[in-house]
Amino acid sequence: MDAKVKERMTNPMHNYLRPKKKFPTVWCAGCGNGIVLQSIVSAIDSLGLDRNKVVLVSGIGCSSRAPVYVDFNSLHTTHGRAIAFASGVKFADPQLKVIVITGDGDAVAIGGNHFIHACRRNMDITAIVFNNYIYGMTGGQVSPTTPQSAFASTSPHGNIDQPFDICELAIGAGASFVARTTVAHPNLLYQYILQGLKNNGFSVIEVLVNCPTNFGRRNKLGDAVNMIKSLKEMAITMDSLKSKWMKEQNIDLSDLEKHILTGIFTDIKKPRFIENYASLIKRLQRLKD
Amino acid sequence: MPERIAFLQGNEACAEGALLAGVQFYGGYPITPSTEIAELLSKRLPEIGGKFIQMEDEIAALGACIGASLTGLKSMTASSGPGMSLKQEHIGYAALCDVPVVIVDVQRGGPSTGLPTQVSQADVMQARWGTHGDHPIIAIAPSSVEEVLYMTIKAFNLSEKLMTPVIVLTDEVIGHMREKVKIPDKDKIELWERKKPAVSPEDYKPFDTDDDDIPALATFGSGYRYNVTGLMHDRAGFPTTRPDEVQDLLDRIHRKIEKHIDIITDVEYYGEENASLGFISYGSSARTTKKAVQVLKQKGINTNMMRIKTLWPIPAKEIFEFCKDKEKVFVVEMNMGQYIHPVKSVSDDPYKIKGIYRYDGDFITPREIIDRVGGF
Repeated sequence: MDAKVKERMTNPMHNYLRPKKKFPTVWCAGCGNGIVLQSIVSAIDSLGLDRNKVVLVSGIGCSSRAPVYVDFNSLHTTHGRAIAFASGVKFADPQLKVIVITGDGDAVAIGGNHFIHACRRNMDITAIVFNNYIYGMTGGQVSPTTPQSAFASTSPHGNIDQPFDICELAIGAGASFVARTTVAHPNLLYQYILQGLKNNGFSVIEVLVNCPTNFGRRNKLGDAVNMIKSLKEMAITMDSLKSKWMKEQNIDLSDLEKHILTGIFTDIKKPRFIENYASLIKRLQRLKD
Repeated sequence: MPERIAFLQGNEACAEGALLAGVQFYGGYPITPSTEIAELLSKRLPEIGGKFIQMEDEIAALGACIGASLTGLKSMTASSGPGMSLKQEHIGYAALCDVPVVIVDVQRGGPSTGLPTQVSQADVMQARWGTHGDHPIIAIAPSSVEEVLYMTIKAFNLSEKLMTPVIVLTDEVIGHMREKVKIPDKDKIELWERKKPAVSPEDYKPFDTDDDDIPALATFGSGYRYNVTGLMHDRAGFPTTRPDEVQDLLDRIHRKIEKHIDIITDVEYYGEENASLGFISYGSSARTTKKAVQVLKQKGINTNMMRIKTLWPIPAKEIFEFCKDKEKVFVVEMNMGQYIHPVKSVSDDPYKIKGIYRYDGDFITPREIIDRVGGF
């Protein structure tokens, strides 16, 4: 058998697709969301997690439709609130592996409050934020991560607003694992999700996803292939940027604007809500005994 | 613990009732005049291995409760007007997705921030229609501190058995008033538990039901992997826009409540049997109404009253029967006239239904009721 065909047949994704769910997905042709879903499933598979104990929780938006296609416990909640529901699931049954699938609007616009508080609590949840810079499902409105001057259906004259840096927000709010990469780097993406899943505490993996239908079209970024190519070109790790700067006489700070910083920004151990609550219960039990 | 007598505040009785009902998860956010419920449970729940979390807002509090409920824990939250406004989003989610959860609303004056420390019964319509879309809801209204305890237990029972959100509508007066309460022996309380799936995971369809229209939602982590979504869903739990499946879902969640109306509806009567003047009231204002009935009797005027313990779904048959041979029926409530509207709609003659209201933050008195009766 052709090696490529064999590889496709042994793709772990195939073992996890829901047998009863009707396909195709809701995603447009060329959408990068599938790459992220595949990376999530591959990471779960390689960790050998019991799928009965995995809960995927999502909010509202294109990316939040991902859990319905794969065979885990899945909870498709209200707009922005996935992390609130997920916190309840995880706190109620800490044996469950809880993964949140959310988008840029879902996570840091309407769900911003839940996002920062889960970071603060260092809740044992892995949040995968699909950042496509735009509200895709509602037809391309400006989002809190839309770059300045970019076009969206509600920024027809160019976006005058300042975008959020989701990773900086997560670090500032106290998340213990924070990383960013793009759909043009599927291997890194898989690695980061794997590390995020292994981390005890709140992990945020921001993935830059190409949205050819809305963001790409409105900003003349070409088709899906072109968008993925430019994500690949723009992504730069802090280390490579530093080594570039080391060789230069005058540091060119505009490099930061031209590039997207990727990599693992935070990977630390710190107190966790779930752990602290368990110790509280033990302490109270000892007092009773 | 054996039966005992205690002197409790309504909010304390609510926490006691929840513990007797076996609450395992509380997700809250502070708000006057409900906060004591959260304070008490933040102390007691960790002591018995239960879960308490103060979330970042009321939306998150109810979201966390729904998440916890899907792992099989009996979950509750408590709030008041402004917080209830925020909870509406997830009340609708729980109603559509058949998720049991208990929501206590200790009513205060509104709209907006309104009267944080003063009484009202102005969330009655919000309890019914606060969230968008057609949805069923159960709301019960205790009139005494002891009844808060028993109704909190009932709320858990109905919620778990019928897989639906249940609202307990108390108010600032009931919540903060202290009264004698007989706390029952925990072993003697009847508790209803939610259904478990009767088929194997391979054949399982989460929203498929028997004739009772109640789904058996499996506990997350138990081996039954399924999808829960706030989108319209088919019986397998997957999103749908097919008209027949959408209608099936909406019809079923409503039928589920209608079919069990006998265990939901609860009313109480007081006064002369064949009086031509009657009162309808609920919650704390029903206490004042009862006093008014007593005073009127002393004055030689025979009246009677119907106290509605289950506000939603409306006890239509009982209200119709109560009103039908009466000359006039007065609906007494502490708002600008809310429950009077459904009462009119189910009575034989809406023109004989009159409203006696108070909505200035002070508690309605028997004197006011009696004076107003004279005015009609």
